[in-house]
Amino acid sequence: MSVESTAMAFSTITGSVSLVLSDAPVAILYHFPVNQAHDGVLRTLDFICDTVDTSSASKPGKGKRKSSLKSHGNHSYFLSGGESFLVKMVAPLSLLLIVAVTIRAALYRSSLAELIAERVEVVSPITAWKRVIEGLALLDLGVSPYSGDVFHETPLIIYLFHFLVDYAEITFMLADVITAVALYMAVKDFNKQVFRKQKFSVEAERYPADCLELIRSPTEMFYIPLKVAMFYLLNPFTILSCVAKSTCGLNNAVLSLFILTTIKGNVLLSAIFLCLATYQSIYPLTLCAPAMLYLMQHQYVPVNPRRAAFWWFLVQYLFMYLGSLFVIVCLSFFLLGSWDFLPSVYGFILSVPDLTPNIGLFWYFFAEMFEHFRLFFLCVFQINVFFYTVPLCIKLKDQPVFLMFMQLAVISIFKSYPTVGDTALYLAFLPVWSHLHRCECLLHTWVRSGSTGSTGNIFLVSCVLLACSALFPVLWHLWIYAGSANSNFYYAITLLFNVAQILLVSDYFYAFLRREHHLTAGLYLKKKDGSEATLVLK
Amino acid sequence: MGLLSDPNRRRALINLLTRLNAPICALCYFAGVCWFMGLAFEPFTLRTYMSENAMGSTMVEERFPSGERALATGKEFAAHKKKVGGMPVDWLVKTMQARGLEVFTQSFSRTLPFPDENKERYIVKGTNVYGILRAPRAPRTEALVLSAPCSPGDNNNQAVGLLLGLAHYFRSQVFWAKDIIFLVNEHDLIGMQAWLESYHHTNTTGMDWSPLQGRGGSIQAALSLELSSDVITSLDIILEGLNGQLPNLDLANLFYAFCQKIGVLCTIQGRLQRNDWDSVSGYSHAVQTMMLMVMKQASGRPWGDHGLFLRYHIEAATIKGINSFRQYKTDVTTVGRLLEGMFRKLNNLLERLHQSYFFYLMPSLSHFVSIGYYMPAFGLLAVILLLRALDLWVQLVSPPAVAVDGVGDVAQSSPGVLSVLTPLVISHLTGAALYILPTRFQEIAVEHFPVSETEAVVLTVIAVYTAGLALPHNTHRLLSGEGTEQGWRVLKLVAVLYLAVLLGCTALINFSLGFILALTLVPVAAFVTPHVPKTLSAVVLVILSPAFTLLFSVFFFQELEEMPVSFQDGWLLYLSVISQGILDHHLYGSLVYPLIALMVYPCWLLFWNILFWK
Repeated sequence: MSVESTAMAFSTITGSVSLVLSDAPVAILYHFPVNQAHDGVLRTLDFICDTVDTSSASKPGKGKRKSSLKSHGNHSYFLSGGESFLVKMVAPLSLLLIVAVTIRAALYRSSLAELIAERVEVVSPITAWKRVIEGLALLDLGVSPYSGDVFHETPLIIYLFHFLVDYAEITFMLADVITAVALYMAVKDFNKQVFRKQKFSVEAERYPADCLELIRSPTEMFYIPLKVAMFYLLNPFTILSCVAKSTCGLNNAVLSLFILTTIKGNVLLSAIFLCLATYQSIYPLTLCAPAMLYLMQHQYVPVNPRRAAFWWFLVQYLFMYLGSLFVIVCLSFFLLGSWDFLPSVYGFILSVPDLTPNIGLFWYFFAEMFEHFRLFFLCVFQINVFFYTVPLCIKLKDQPVFLMFMQLAVISIFKSYPTVGDTALYLAFLPVWSHLHRCECLLHTWVRSGSTGSTGNIFLVSCVLLACSALFPVLWHLWIYAGSANSNFYYAITLLFNVAQILLVSDYFYAFLRREHHLTAGLYLKKKDGSEATLVLK
Repeated sequence: MGLLSDPNRRRALINLLTRLNAPICALCYFAGVCWFMGLAFEPFTLRTYMSENAMGSTMVEERFPSGERALATGKEFAAHKKKVGGMPVDWLVKTMQARGLEVFTQSFSRTLPFPDENKERYIVKGTNVYGILRAPRAPRTEALVLSAPCSPGDNNNQAVGLLLGLAHYFRSQVFWAKDIIFLVNEHDLIGMQAWLESYHHTNTTGMDWSPLQGRGGSIQAALSLELSSDVITSLDIILEGLNGQLPNLDLANLFYAFCQKIGVLCTIQGRLQRNDWDSVSGYSHAVQTMMLMVMKQASGRPWGDHGLFLRYHIEAATIKGINSFRQYKTDVTTVGRLLEGMFRKLNNLLERLHQSYFFYLMPSLSHFVSIGYYMPAFGLLAVILLLRALDLWVQLVSPPAVAVDGVGDVAQSSPGVLSVLTPLVISHLTGAALYILPTRFQEIAVEHFPVSETEAVVLTVIAVYTAGLALPHNTHRLLSGEGTEQGWRVLKLVAVLYLAVLLGCTALINFSLGFILALTLVPVAAFVTPHVPKTLSAVVLVILSPAFTLLFSVFFFQELEEMPVSFQDGWLLYLSVISQGILDHHLYGSLVYPLIALMVYPCWLLFWNILFWK
């Protein structure tokens, strides 16, 4: 069977390793003269504090320049909120929630729900609702739900649904709503901080004078939280996942609450939610690092291993995290009266015994593999998820939220039983980084350092993602029902899907680093000989 | 990563692609068509060969002796059929039992959504009779099926006679390792559908049938027999099944191998193969044979009774006896021997046929074109869509004028979700109306207009289709005011990508349909903008729309079949093809009609919409 596709998968993975591993991806090609010839701080402030009223948002290019005095008054509501905020943001958000819930409720009632619940792209052996029902039935019979090889969710989930099984649809819709609202609030808070930080930097004239265009305005940032909520709630992936009653929706809710509490700076809750997420699927373990980095910055603890405060904070956080993990695991033990769930949940996640096809990279590999290599490759594949944490932490230690996004993406690509629900969570963050597109466009216009910037790939990548999503069911049909295609066809698409995701994430990573670099080094990069320099990802 | 992340090289590539977009697109289209035409050229095709070891190397000896007796049985069957005025169930049961089979009957009934005027049926009631020859040498876990339809009139009597003769002969042999099911189905595909659904305990089309009383093992392969004369000149094999699905190529190979061995003329698409591939007429013969296959496959309908087996993962083909004016005739004994040989080889199978190709086109029975060879033809057409999309994307992303303030830039590049969403939704609603209305409103139409039900359905289809042309391009103005220059680009980008994904998926499931649609829709997608001359483009757009594609296909198919029709007859044929398409969907679950109505037509409407963008 196809050696080529195996080799291809390898090159993909190793390619991505080298991509992230080459630690300083931005090779700075040469020094940059300080270009003071631009307008001064006045224009900066004017630009940043641009008015937020809708007229300027909907009618571009008219009346841009307003006095900075007036705009100060306006932009204060962005920071503090008030009457108009309620009307402007809460109303669309509730409308969005209503639309999203309606779509889901309609789909639950249609005949599609059954079909969707069977799709391997949407449910994994862990998250399938069918299996949860089976586990509940076993529990009701007084048998351990983990006897047999059907149920692999955690004990807390099964006890949750022990009470909520009749309200499952509402629970899942609620989980999606919670996720969306939590992401909304988290991103709003995050944007506020970004803006505040930027304002201070501008006032302190920390940015080079020529990259004013890279600075973000409140107008563009105003709708981002709403867009994030929309990206999550109206994403077909999320809808499918919710309609299939995949427990992935609950995991996403826990993760988003973790993100919210982290961004709000609540150490204890952050640790507790992270522990819940870890308890659910192990992999969120790696989110520990960005959470700690963020909280340290939030509490003005220096990120410096030589300082005692750093270690003290680390110990504190880990104590809370591991302590609550311990409590939850013990609670599960007492609920269930046995340790059955440990091998059945975590052993199942880590040793990947179920090779049902899914959108991940594991199943085909381990179906093809000789048994005696299994352990080795299992380690290689599983390490993939945890591996990128260290280099990414080093590179992005000042941008923990971006790091969190990267980690979420890495988890959802490399985890052992990925579903489209996992993908949906990190895709929801894309609007937060939408300024990277604009930044690339500007770079293109002024610096001519790349035709469409590195986010130009994003077009290609989204086409591929789109095509793959359509091809999954088609090739599944050809393989399983028509019997005319075979597993290679399906795996080829899986592979393409994952390559596209990797490219997407690495593009964002590159664009992000590039923007940061320009913010410190100026927009006009010159080589030593005075010609224009370009940044290259190597 | 180099090409993707190095801005200079990528810029060079993208510049090249955008500057030379139109010539590259034209070149790709031309190359795609040439590639496709080249497929029928013999040096570019592969010779068929038997992949399945279980069927290749083993020897079987055919000894079926009693052709004359089979013909006599056939005559008896004909007499009883005439007497009963339909399926002579009692006689068949008695005869099969006399031949030592376990005999069962199954009754079914089905009301068609509207009368089928071609076959003159509306409320269908019938009975299938089948006898199972239990395998003496193996556990009864697998089965083979030989079926013959009980057709109205004098057709297929010989087929039933031969079926009974073979049953008698097979009964006396001891080497069967698989159950053999002899099935006589009434009302051709409807009866077959009822029997197969009942055999597999599914009900996909809401038909009423009585459950089967006896079953064999899981069916491995099936042959359907059509024979209407005592002697034949050649045997034709029909492969195209529901939704363009084809059986494993080994089944065709098996048929070809036995025809060679026994010395029967064999054809595909009713065409003999010729040896003069290097002459123009030889090449055009091969092209015509292949085009016939493409047209039949694209229609998505089962072209013989075997067509429904394929859905259940059962390899099946129809073998049809043809009696033409040729001198050399073959008698029924020989046909019986051929079938005996094929069944004995199939009996040797250790697993389902899976070694050979499932995706292929056949320019002649001895040559085939596999998926790897024909997909590039489609790929070249699909690349055009991607190139256009890239071009549009570059136009959209690169700021039109140097936008000094970033805010203006952002607002410029997002022309409002509504202006894109509105045409999208309206087109799809039109498509949904095209799908739902015709069958729903036939009663009302019949009440108010002097037409029959079938005419009502077909005319409603045409009416909705035409009404759709007037609808969408006026509506976007109602909701979102004037369309912007960016607006249509975004809409076109969406439409082009949509079309690319749609055609790609279609081509994977049914290459022929995907290719024919691509052939007409890709040029539309490539050239349409609001700035081309309106009237001329509108005419071109309409001519290249799915409905006209179907019309041309009807005429083209008649040309290929060497039965050219006048325009009047062609039009009537066209109407009947539409009604057949809808019937196929409702009766057997063919996907072509919903695909066209719900996806392709709305997609085409998007381009129509772009042309009239204001």
